[in-house]
Amino acid sequence: MTGPGGWSRFNIVSIVLGFAFLYLPIVLLIIYSFNESRLVTVWGGFSTKWYGELFRNRGLMDAAWVTLRVAFLSATAATVLGTLAAIALTRYTRFRGRILFSGMVFAPLVMPEVITGLSLLLLFVAIGLDRGFLTVTLAHITFTMCFVAVVVQSRLLSFDRSLEEAAMDLGATPAGTFFQVTLPVIAPAVVSGWMLAFTLSLDDLVIASFTSGPGATTLPMKIYSQVRLGVTPEINAACTLMIAVVATVVLIASVLNKRREVQRQRDEQAARRG
Amino acid sequence: MKSLGSIRRSFAPWNDPTAKPYILFDGVTKRFGDFTAVDDLSLAIHEREFFALLGASGCGKSTLLRMLAGFEEPTAGRILLDGQDLRGIPPYRRPVNMMFQSYALFPHMTVEKNIAFGLKQEGMPAADIAKRVAEMLALTKLEPFARRKPHQLSGGQRQRVALARSLAKRPKVLLLDEPLGALDKKLREETQFELVDLQYELGLTFVVVTHDQEEAMTMADRIAIMDKGHICQVATPAEIYEAPSSRFVASFVGNVNMFEGRIVSRRGGTAEIAGPDGLSIRTDNAGEAAEGADVAFAIRPEKIRVSSQRPAETGFNAIEGEIFDLGYLGDMTVYHVRLADGRIVKASALNAARTSTDPLTWHDRAWISFAPDAGVVLTR
Repeated sequence: MTGPGGWSRFNIVSIVLGFAFLYLPIVLLIIYSFNESRLVTVWGGFSTKWYGELFRNRGLMDAAWVTLRVAFLSATAATVLGTLAAIALTRYTRFRGRILFSGMVFAPLVMPEVITGLSLLLLFVAIGLDRGFLTVTLAHITFTMCFVAVVVQSRLLSFDRSLEEAAMDLGATPAGTFFQVTLPVIAPAVVSGWMLAFTLSLDDLVIASFTSGPGATTLPMKIYSQVRLGVTPEINAACTLMIAVVATVVLIASVLNKRREVQRQRDEQAARRG
Repeated sequence: MKSLGSIRRSFAPWNDPTAKPYILFDGVTKRFGDFTAVDDLSLAIHEREFFALLGASGCGKSTLLRMLAGFEEPTAGRILLDGQDLRGIPPYRRPVNMMFQSYALFPHMTVEKNIAFGLKQEGMPAADIAKRVAEMLALTKLEPFARRKPHQLSGGQRQRVALARSLAKRPKVLLLDEPLGALDKKLREETQFELVDLQYELGLTFVVVTHDQEEAMTMADRIAIMDKGHICQVATPAEIYEAPSSRFVASFVGNVNMFEGRIVSRRGGTAEIAGPDGLSIRTDNAGEAAEGADVAFAIRPEKIRVSSQRPAETGFNAIEGEIFDLGYLGDMTVYHVRLADGRIVKASALNAARTSTDPLTWHDRAWISFAPDAGVVLTR
């Protein structure tokens, strides 16, 4: 029953099925983005013409630009706030209401997006804020902040507090200590938090639909509304590009991480030898 | 040139009643919730002293150090440094620096940058910083590693970077929290002497916290033995070892045999103690103990003789037993002698000659004996 390299037939079958389940839809989408035919489900030969069409489509390109700006701004703001929240939660372990505070920071992780979106909409209406670019950005800050806080907090738990004490002992003020020691040491976690917030904002549809207004249509909203009128190959092309961007970012991040880890191990072995 | 040893011997400002203490803990108490880490403690440390705080973990020694560094504020009492009350002064404005147990080297900076960190905070000009860093690298023999990051260094090298970094600002006082705890035994022994030389050359005041009595005995001018937030005794290493002030100190530092008994007679400094199981003790070191008092007689293993023959002068300071266990350590032999009541007495003999003239082995009958000035009487 054992195949090559100790793999049983059962293992091979389950892996193939698992990957097919995960990636077959995406592979189909990518293949059909290179379809010559206008009909999405009929193969009419290879072509890249829909990519050209995509770049000439003002509506889609505007939506992509809005999405990128929202993602960049909200990820940056969420990273600042989420990092501060994580520091407060790991450092001040004894303040009154800590459990309530941490619960409230992490609740949005499991909160249904519909509820988050609706409550934000009600808030914006109540305070008379016109819905548009600003409100989408604010909403995205709100829901991505807790993800950043989780990522940064897990790094801070293993952070050696004596590093900060050493910095202060050597004459650095609390602010100086934060910017010269704490932030550089936890920077990898902060960057991952930013990237997570960025991608979450990039593909959010539900919250954006609730909080967006005229002139601030994001790419997922645009795609969704177009699909309701019928899937066009242009949409396939747009989605393929999004997949390419996300895959590239993830690949670069993991290669850098891996290389740093290998270098670190090599250095430590060298140091042990003398 | 005067040798280091002779200068050190004459250095004893604590015996001079007019000497002004450099660091003064005055009735200092520190509580964490219900737990009292340091309890109404007073202590004076002099300039240029190498002072050790020795105690088991949780005795309050690290808390004392952290209060001096400014990481904790005393609940009550005050701490004076060179006459200045330190209350309310944050760690980054205190003229003391600390070497951390974990070394706390900044992992994202090179050795050079680590050492320069404190100087940069002062706003020292770059050229002066470079000069001082070079000086520190030379002092700690770290020049070849200046551009390395901490994870590229061995344990001993990291320890030296931590030392160089904490000395770079030329603090009035250097605080060392278990400075050699992470080094292996051989390196630790070498580094002990290096630290002492460095402290003497730079003329600094060192306060070191340790749980390792050998480390404290080797390095310190004076040692404070701490237990449960109190100081049990402050004295030179020799005084701590030869004249402990209490049963706790005697048993905490080194090996000791302790006989509980009652003073039956006392004349001048000499007293007779009725020990357990017919052992009659005559000692010249009766201290304050009055006639009739219940006391402990403490004697170190190396001050007890073991022989197969009954000692010449009998009646006092001698008792027969059986060799229960024995350990040959090369430089010396350790005997465990069991007395008639089952009590074990530890004795050790230096193996000055290569072969013993009086070989003793397991289950031999043996006499233990000691001189009248070999032990001390403890009342506390």
